[in-house]
Amino acid sequence: MQRQLSTTIRQQREGSPWTGLWAVVAKEMADYLTSVRMLILEALILLTAFGTIYAAAQNLRAGTGSGDDFLFLRLFTTARDPLPAFVGFLGLLVPLLAIALAFDSVNGEFNQRTLSKVLAQPIYRDALLMGKFLAGLGTLALALAAIWLLIIGMGLLQLGVPPTGEETVRMLWFLLVTIFYGGIWLALAMLFSIIFRQPATAALAAIAVWLFFTVFWGIIASLLARTLQPVPPGDLQALVNQIQLELMLTRLSPNTLFSEVALAMLNPAVRALGLILPIQLHNAIPGTPLPAAQSILLTWPHATGLIAATIVLFAVGYILFQRQEVRA
Amino acid sequence: MAEVVVECRDLTKQYGSFTAVDNLNLTVRKGEVFGLLGPNGAGKTTTILMLLGLTEPTSGSVRVLGLDPARQPLSVKARVGYLPDQVGFYDNLTARENLNYIAKLNGMREPEMSRRINAALEQVGLSQVADRRVKTFSRGMRQRLGVAEVLIKQPQLIIMDEPTLALDPEAVREFLDLIRQLKTSGITMLLSSHLLQQVQAVCDRVGLFHKGRMVLEGTVSELAQRVLGGAYRIHLEVEGGDAVAAALRELPGVLNVSQEGTRFYNVEARSDLRAEVARKVIEVGGRLLGLSVDTPGLDEVYARYFKKGAAYAATA
Repeated sequence: MQRQLSTTIRQQREGSPWTGLWAVVAKEMADYLTSVRMLILEALILLTAFGTIYAAAQNLRAGTGSGDDFLFLRLFTTARDPLPAFVGFLGLLVPLLAIALAFDSVNGEFNQRTLSKVLAQPIYRDALLMGKFLAGLGTLALALAAIWLLIIGMGLLQLGVPPTGEETVRMLWFLLVTIFYGGIWLALAMLFSIIFRQPATAALAAIAVWLFFTVFWGIIASLLARTLQPVPPGDLQALVNQIQLELMLTRLSPNTLFSEVALAMLNPAVRALGLILPIQLHNAIPGTPLPAAQSILLTWPHATGLIAATIVLFAVGYILFQRQEVRA
Repeated sequence: MAEVVVECRDLTKQYGSFTAVDNLNLTVRKGEVFGLLGPNGAGKTTTILMLLGLTEPTSGSVRVLGLDPARQPLSVKARVGYLPDQVGFYDNLTARENLNYIAKLNGMREPEMSRRINAALEQVGLSQVADRRVKTFSRGMRQRLGVAEVLIKQPQLIIMDEPTLALDPEAVREFLDLIRQLKTSGITMLLSSHLLQQVQAVCDRVGLFHKGRMVLEGTVSELAQRVLGGAYRIHLEVEGGDAVAAALRELPGVLNVSQEGTRFYNVEARSDLRAEVARKVIEVGGRLLGLSVDTPGLDEVYARYFKKGAAYAATA
C-alpha cells in the first residue's frame, strides 16, 4: 500500500500545462480590445500623445537649424508649457493602463462564477493565468506600438525628416522597456486580483502601490539614506556613499528605472546614470552623443530589473492561484 | 452488471480540522442517474470537485471512467461534463461565443466545432437566441445554456451541482424533461440537490449525505422502506370518539396511530391496510368520512432521517 502510494505520487501529471493557452489568450485579448475601459484609456493616451507631440513639434520647428541630430527623440522629451513632455505622461499612464487591464482578471471570473466552469475544461490553471497575463501584455504591447507608430507618423508630417537608424533603434528599445514597465503593473494588479475577491479592492491596492512609488518612495529613500548613512561634516567619502545608497534605494521603484531609461535612451548625450565625479569625465567631450548600442548597454540593468520584477510578481501570483480553492 | 463509471473508496477531504467528506464510498454505474442529496454543507460539492480533480483528496481513492482525477485531470475533464452550482457566463458575449470559448478550450476545431455547437443549442432549445448576449437571458435559459456547454463535449458522464436551484417551477419542469431526454440517450449522470421532489422524479438511485458521510444509499423506495420502517401511512377522517384510536392500534400490522384534532388520524402500517382499517372503524361504530394512503416520498425519508439524526445527536 505504502509502495503503491509513493509510485502514484512520483507520477508526473499528464499532458502539457499549456493546453488551451492560445484559446485563453485569444478570448482575453478580444475582451480587452473591445472593452469600454480600454477604449477610454486608449483615447486618453492618444489625446496626450497628440497634444504633447504636436506641442513638441511646434517647438522644434521654431528652433530648427540648430543642427540637432535627434529630432525624433526630442518629440518624446520636449515640453511646452503648460504640457509636460510625452515621457512624463507615459510614466503615469502606462501603469494606469496596466492596472485597468488586470485588476479584475481573476476575481472577475470568480464573481461571474465562470472560474469553476473554465477549470472543469481539460486545461490546467497554468494555461488560464498565463493566458490572461500574455493577453494583457499583448494588449499593452499593441497599444504602445500603435502609439509609437503614430508619433513617428506625426513626426514625419510635422518635421519633414525621416528618423535615422540610430533613432529607430533607440525608440524600439525604449518601447520594449515601456512594455515591461507596464508588465510590472500588470503582474501586480493580477496578483491583487488573485488575493482580493473584490475587484474594487484589488484596483485600489494596485493604485495605492503605484502612488506610493510615484509620490512617497523618493522621500522615503532619501530619509532612509540619511539615517542609514549619516555624513559627518567634511567627510566626502561618506557623502558619496550616502548618495549611492539613496540612488540604489530609489532604483527599487519601477518608476525610477523607467525614467532613467527614458533619460538615457532619448537623450544620447547622457553617458552615465547616477553620480559622476569630475575625474570620470576626464578626456570626455561634453555633449557628444553616445552610440545607441552604448546607451542600450547603459540601460541594460534597468531593463533586466524591470523584466525580472515582472516575472517575480507573476510567479508569486501563480503560486497563490495554484493553491486557491476553486469553490466560491 | 454495467461498467463502473464513478468509484470512490474511503474518500476523505479535510480543510484544516474540518472534515468536509468523511470516508465516502460511492459507486455509480453506466447509464445510471444518481442523486447526491443532503443539506447545504454536507460535502456534496466537495465530493464533486474531487471527482473532477479540482480539489485533491486528503486520503482515499477516486476513479472516474477508470482514471484518477488527481493524476490524469485532463483526460477526466475531457470526458466529464460539469455544470456548477449557479453556472456563470461571460455576459458580454453571445450564447454562441460562450460555447465557442468552451469548445476551443476542449481543443475542438472547425467545422466539427460549429456542428456540435448548433446541435447542442438545438437540443436545449436555444437556437433562436444563439446570437443574443447572455446578459439578456433568464435564469432558466442560462441553466439550459449551461447544459449546452456540457453537451458540446459529448461527455460520458455529466455532473450537475444543484441544477434546479433558483429556477421557477416551469423552468424546473423543462429542465427535468431535458435530463430525462439525456437519460434515454444513455449518458450517466450525477446530480446533487437538496430539492428532493425534483431529484426523486429523475434519479434511479440516491445517496443521502449528512456531515460528510453518505448515510443512506439506494432507490427511493428502498430508502423509504429502511427509514420509515412500515412504509405506509394511512390518513383517516372519522367521527367516533376515543374508541377508534384504541381499536386501530389492535390491528395486526399497525405500528403507530396518532390523532390530530378530533377527527383526523394517521396510521402507520407495514402493508396497505386500508380495507382492514375501514372495516375496524365501522365495527367500533365510527363514521368514516375519508381515507387515503401516502406513497412515501424522499421528502419524508429526509425529514424523518434528520429528525432521528438530531435525536441521536442529542442523546450522544
